Amino acid sequence: MKRHLISAADLSRDDAVLILDTAEELARLADRPIKKLPTLRGRTVVNLFFEDSTRTRISFEAAAKRLSADVINFSAKGSSVSKGESLKDTALTLEAMGADAVVIRHHSSGAPHRLATSGWINGSVVNAGDGTHEHPTQALLDAFTMRRRLASGASGVGQDLSGRRITIVGDVLHSRVARSNVHLLSTLGADVTLVAPPTLVPFGVESWPCDVSYDLDAVVGKSDAVMMLRVQRERMNAAFFPTEREYARRYGLNAERMARMPEHAIVMHPGPMNRGMEITAEVADSDRCTAVEQVANGVSIRMAVLYLLLGGNEPAVTAARTEENQ
Amino acid sequence: MDARTSDAARSVLEAPDIARVLTRIAHEIVERAKGADDVVLLGIPTRGVFLARRLAARLEEITGRSAGELPVGSLDITMYRDDLRLRPARALARTDIPDDGIDGRLVVLVDDVLFSGRTIRAALDALGDIGRPRAVQLAVLVDRGHRELPIRADYVGKNLPTSLRETVKVQLTEEDGRDSVLLGLRETTSADGK
Repeated sequence: MKRHLISAADLSRDDAVLILDTAEELARLADRPIKKLPTLRGRTVVNLFFEDSTRTRISFEAAAKRLSADVINFSAKGSSVSKGESLKDTALTLEAMGADAVVIRHHSSGAPHRLATSGWINGSVVNAGDGTHEHPTQALLDAFTMRRRLASGASGVGQDLSGRRITIVGDVLHSRVARSNVHLLSTLGADVTLVAPPTLVPFGVESWPCDVSYDLDAVVGKSDAVMMLRVQRERMNAAFFPTEREYARRYGLNAERMARMPEHAIVMHPGPMNRGMEITAEVADSDRCTAVEQVANGVSIRMAVLYLLLGGNEPAVTAARTEENQ
Repeated sequence: MDARTSDAARSVLEAPDIARVLTRIAHEIVERAKGADDVVLLGIPTRGVFLARRLAARLEEITGRSAGELPVGSLDITMYRDDLRLRPARALARTDIPDDGIDGRLVVLVDDVLFSGRTIRAALDALGDIGRPRAVQLAVLVDRGHRELPIRADYVGKNLPTSLRETVKVQLTEEDGRDSVLLGLRETTSADGK
């Protein structure tokens, strides 16, 4: 595996399956009386959050702590960032404190990439969501949830998602979750279809490894998993659709649409949900909706990522860095 | 384990020998545990797990219990290794603790080769996070010496005096298609785990 996790597109099929398999073993830790492993003792993980988040930050914090790493939480509010400190100076501060990994969420697309390639820090960089670009650990936990629910054998260890039909519905334009999922799911062999109003389909989608449809009813009947995206009201100033009611009617998932999905198919939502908007309360509370399961799986996936990035040595990387310094 | 053995690898135990050894160890466990009523067998992946299952079958036979009655599981020790940071992060194996747990039971750890003792040290640490056994014992198919920690096995299939230049490779039908223990010469000079 690479030293950083910036984009789901960087992962090969084998990398992705290794992460899912590792998470599968780590998920069993949740049943134990002592939910802790000594693996990352003495390592420091910094959660660097420039944007609000509950789920992702708590999930990363729980994952790092279960692996015995020291966790430092940093949020832009109440820090020197609000006094105008630049990303570079923040990074140099973290480096001086000896961070082994930096988990970064930033409102600007590309901030994690900048942090990883600038040479400001030596630790691993994990992208926890940047602007409208990517959110790779969310895609990994979604793939993990699908594999567990849809796999034929025992939770699908060693398998990918080949032949599975996944439909992603909603605000694809602003969704880093959709972008990461399209890359990862296609790497894992799944057929991905995006469904969105034409105004919420991103420019250049032709080059993505997926199909695009404007008609939800046409695809729900043949989907193994339907992933509903949150309508991001905070980014909706430009009026991308006429009314919320119209959106809910054409692109929302209600009980009647869910009934037309195949028997085994699941409903996914990355959270936070807008009940009554993209998903009705009835669907959100049904057994087929995996939203809560996805949160639990998030901790396992993030433990797997941190373990695979920090758990061993990486001689190739160290050697390359030594050469640079000479 | 992954150090390549040269063509001159010599077989020191064949399938019938391994079968006899496991039967003997099973009898020893019953003798020392006075009936093996509270025994839980935990194999260390990969090959320890297969050995644990074979031992469990024999123990059930000896004590007249029905098949599958004796708790047997696996204990992956990867996350507890002391050499994790000397190598790239490795894939995890399955940890499978029997439903009734290990509290108050006699846990017998099962592994294929006992060498430095570091694997067993890691296994003892892992056990501590899972429960509190009445006692822990160790059964190994081959003890090749060269201990680096104060650890010894309670049940040994075969004591095999080796030099550090030699490799011991256990092959089992479930994983390798045949049962045997091979003694070969190390080709690389890297300090390997087994």
